[in-house]
Amino acid sequence: MGGIHPKENKFSAGKKIIVAELPKQVVIPLSHYIGTPSEAVVKKGDLVKAGQLIGKANGFISANVHASVSGKVSKVDVQLDATGYRRPAVFIDVEGDEWLEGIDCCSELIRECTLSTEEIKKRIQDAGIVGLGGATFPAHVKLSPPPGKKADCLIINAVECESYLTNDHALMLEKGEEIMVGIGITMKVLDVKKAYIGIENNKPDAIDHLGKLAKNYPGVEIVPLKVRYPQGGEKQLIDAIIRRQVPSGRIPIEVGAVVQNVGTIFAIYEAVQKNKPMVERVITVTGKSAPNPGNYWVRVGTMLAEVAEVSGGVPADTGKIVGGGPMMGRSFMTLDIPTAKGSAGILYIKREEALRKPIKNCIRCTKCVTVCPMGLEPFLLMNQSERNMWPEMEANRTMDCIECGSCSYTCPSNRPLLDYIRFGKTTVGGIIRNRVTVKK
Amino acid sequence: MPRLYSFFCPFLINIKMNIIVIALITLGVIAAVSAVILFFVAKKFHVFEDPRIDEVEEALPAANCGGCGFPGCRGFANACVSADSLEKLNCPVGGNETMKKVADILGKVAVETAPTVAVVRCGGTCDHRPRTSDYDGVKHCFIAHNLYSGESGCSYGCLGLGDCEVSCEFDAIHINPVSKLPEVDEEKCTSCGACVKACPKLLIELRKKGPKSRRIYVSCRNEERGPIAKKNCEVSCIACGKCEKVCPHEAITISNNLAFIHDDKCKLCRKCVEVCPTNAIVELNFPPRKVKMEEPLTPKVELVS
Amino acid sequence: MNMEKLIISPAPHIHGGDSVSKNMTGVIIALVPALLVGLYFFGLGALIVTLTAVVSCVAFEYIIQRYILKTETSILDGSAALTGLLLAMNLPSNLPLWIIIIGSLVAIGIGKMTYGGLGNNPFNPALVGRVFLLISFPVQMTSWPLPVPMNGSYLDAETGATALAMMKSHFGDLPSTLDLFLGKMGGSIGEVSALALLAGLIYLLAKKIISWHIPVSILVTVFIFTGILNLVNPELYASPVLHLLSGGLMLGAIFMATDYVTSPMNPRGMLVYGVGIGLITVVIRVFGAYPEGVSFAILIMNAFTPLINTYIKPKRFGEKAK
Repeated sequence: MGGIHPKENKFSAGKKIIVAELPKQVVIPLSHYIGTPSEAVVKKGDLVKAGQLIGKANGFISANVHASVSGKVSKVDVQLDATGYRRPAVFIDVEGDEWLEGIDCCSELIRECTLSTEEIKKRIQDAGIVGLGGATFPAHVKLSPPPGKKADCLIINAVECESYLTNDHALMLEKGEEIMVGIGITMKVLDVKKAYIGIENNKPDAIDHLGKLAKNYPGVEIVPLKVRYPQGGEKQLIDAIIRRQVPSGRIPIEVGAVVQNVGTIFAIYEAVQKNKPMVERVITVTGKSAPNPGNYWVRVGTMLAEVAEVSGGVPADTGKIVGGGPMMGRSFMTLDIPTAKGSAGILYIKREEALRKPIKNCIRCTKCVTVCPMGLEPFLLMNQSERNMWPEMEANRTMDCIECGSCSYTCPSNRPLLDYIRFGKTTVGGIIRNRVTVKK
Repeated sequence: MPRLYSFFCPFLINIKMNIIVIALITLGVIAAVSAVILFFVAKKFHVFEDPRIDEVEEALPAANCGGCGFPGCRGFANACVSADSLEKLNCPVGGNETMKKVADILGKVAVETAPTVAVVRCGGTCDHRPRTSDYDGVKHCFIAHNLYSGESGCSYGCLGLGDCEVSCEFDAIHINPVSKLPEVDEEKCTSCGACVKACPKLLIELRKKGPKSRRIYVSCRNEERGPIAKKNCEVSCIACGKCEKVCPHEAITISNNLAFIHDDKCKLCRKCVEVCPTNAIVELNFPPRKVKMEEPLTPKVELVS
Repeated sequence: MNMEKLIISPAPHIHGGDSVSKNMTGVIIALVPALLVGLYFFGLGALIVTLTAVVSCVAFEYIIQRYILKTETSILDGSAALTGLLLAMNLPSNLPLWIIIIGSLVAIGIGKMTYGGLGNNPFNPALVGRVFLLISFPVQMTSWPLPVPMNGSYLDAETGATALAMMKSHFGDLPSTLDLFLGKMGGSIGEVSALALLAGLIYLLAKKIISWHIPVSILVTVFIFTGILNLVNPELYASPVLHLLSGGLMLGAIFMATDYVTSPMNPRGMLVYGVGIGLITVVIRVFGAYPEGVSFAILIMNAFTPLINTYIKPKRFGEKAK
């Protein structure tokens, strides 16, 4: 249902992942996008090794944070993040590249996993793994369904429906075997017999490669999907693969599915088989005027400005730099911010393409309704949001919106539909939360 | 039927009845019957309302702004009539004059409250607070606030997009296009509180208007450490503590790296304004002081960035 | 790092490139086949009427926006030109200039501007203009020129009964089905050729300017309703094919009912709207006083559009949850 097809612009597809050289200093944020920030367990002057715990998870929906480099902690202070606010972070001056004892750094594949489900979950939790699909939800929480709910299949999101980004694609081509082992481990944790890997048709080499590997892993099926944005949205993916629609306000486990990004699966493999926490990830640096569009292995905490330098610098005609894909990414004020676990890409947009066009009246063309993947009416939600009609917005299911941006992309009058819908979601979400606490 | 009519209207013996007269009589009868029915219904379902509510409502300014905390002037009138005392009830638009009138009508005692006015606690103009990015989204403070911290390095500062201006029903607050900060028109401000609720950064406060409309306040809400605050805005509060020390009336407290002047204790002596190194403390409507010291426009303390 | 400040705005950061003028231009292009057929069969008169309608609509919109409302003008988005073209498509080719100009003034001035300009009008402006003219100048608006290929007549064009008029009065020789399909029949400039109009429909669907729901539901409803009537009494009621091909039904179903602003905003609502238009059209044609009912049917259903939008919602994701 719905969806759009923006130009794919996968300039960095097919390029081998380059390992970015170690920076001189890393700044590792202690807070994650979803969940309570972790607490620092190191202080100024401490010597740390790569993979060492530097931030302890605070609560159930929180994740551990580990040093991505070895060196000396120069301070635990506030650092500007992508939202423009300064949040606590650990600053480490890099010295060498020594890893903590017990972490297996060699790239040899380890197939067997003899650990029990509880031990696996503990390793995943200790390794501070968060979902790499963009939401950065702690993985151990997703892999522990609430009592009474059981999953019957695992769905791997390898769709990468956003234009320009190719980090998942590159990971699948280079680390396919490891991903398969990771899938097996995750299936064991969830106690499911079936796993589906959803990949869009514009990645035929990945479909072939994983298809061949999947022959050795019973229960794993590759599902090629039509190229459509937002095919990679959790609910849309579950509908496309197993034909079940998650009802309004509910989570995927209610229809028996658990969805994990393919990057998260690779991190699970490394955590369980190599004891390696989540300290590095693949980032795509791309854009129409990017000098060397490509994929890079980057340690968490590396300043994005350094990643940009490694890939040839910021182009002169850049007007906007977007972290992530062009439909749901966040525009950066500056590149002097650290790579977080959820950073998927750096996209350069030219100045003349970056500015929005003037807003016109709604001509009631219905295109936004046609493209909405959740069956909502964006024009109506925007009108109601402008007039602060919160109960009406709730009745029109504004909380179902997945904020994919298809409506704003399509609108011929250039109306900022998603901006107002987000505003409505924030306000209505607050009203709903207050209602629940008052009831309590 | 025509025979019945000719019985009642002997002057219309003609069989070809005058349709207009029939129509008039029919409608007249319907009207009379309806009037009788409505009369009895109105009597039966009559809701008794204290007539004083109407009287009190007459005395109110009829702005229906909600500043009193009740739904419209009638809601406030209702509350006044049913309350035991007028202590907690105040109409900010009408002020003490109106409350006195209400008290006279109801035979209660009006409590005099000090008039308040809206105050914008941010001094970050384009000169003092350099902009580091260009916001191209919808010109709406709440939407920008949901997105990020703002166009400058100070994440507490005014976004300048005018939600406060839009929310004011009295045309009392406008964004100055040069400084990009809101300015309150004291004459028009009724202290209804709409702008306070509209600001996502919580920059607007209702403070005592003060004798001769004079007031002193800290025009900053930045809770970050001094060096960081100063780096992003020249006139930010760096919590150096000089104002707290110099205040003879213990009206200033510093918490979370921010100074705050309590207007119930402040006696408007202006000592804090003189010592503030960044000119974060603002004095309004005072006569210019005699120039004995150097002009307090340049910061006196050089901070290590 | 580059010196200039970076631009910040919420996602999405790209746009599909669609615009109001692209859509309006698309509809105008879809109307070109019908316009060409109209020019061919009705000659000089058609040309004069079309040009007058388009120019006066654009001129009135400009004058009203610039001098009365004192806002910025939007004539470049193509909607006024489209209204003028659609109005012309609905008029007979021998209509005097002054009537056309009054029609344009009503269409733009009353049908569109009084409600707040593009996007705010509840009724289709071209139809508002056309129905106003029909009721105010019934004689001039119901003397339909006969199709004479490439003729140079305007006000003095030879007129005759249209197919629908013949069906209503049960008098006259109906044109053959092929003639009706190609357009060799009396009528307004744009309504005669079903073939040209269908070509326009295919273009609109291919360019994703409209969806199939409204045209198909109107035509299917008319076909079924008239089919039932025809089965009941073939002498009294004309065949469904005849109904589909005559009058302004094709033009109305494809171009007038599908007007963005006045039609419902989700597929289910559009189907209800289409069925309503089909029913009312047939009722007026068969049981009413006028030979043609599409314009009135569309205007009546335009009034129902807000109600349809409120109570008929699109299919939500997760609606048929297991």
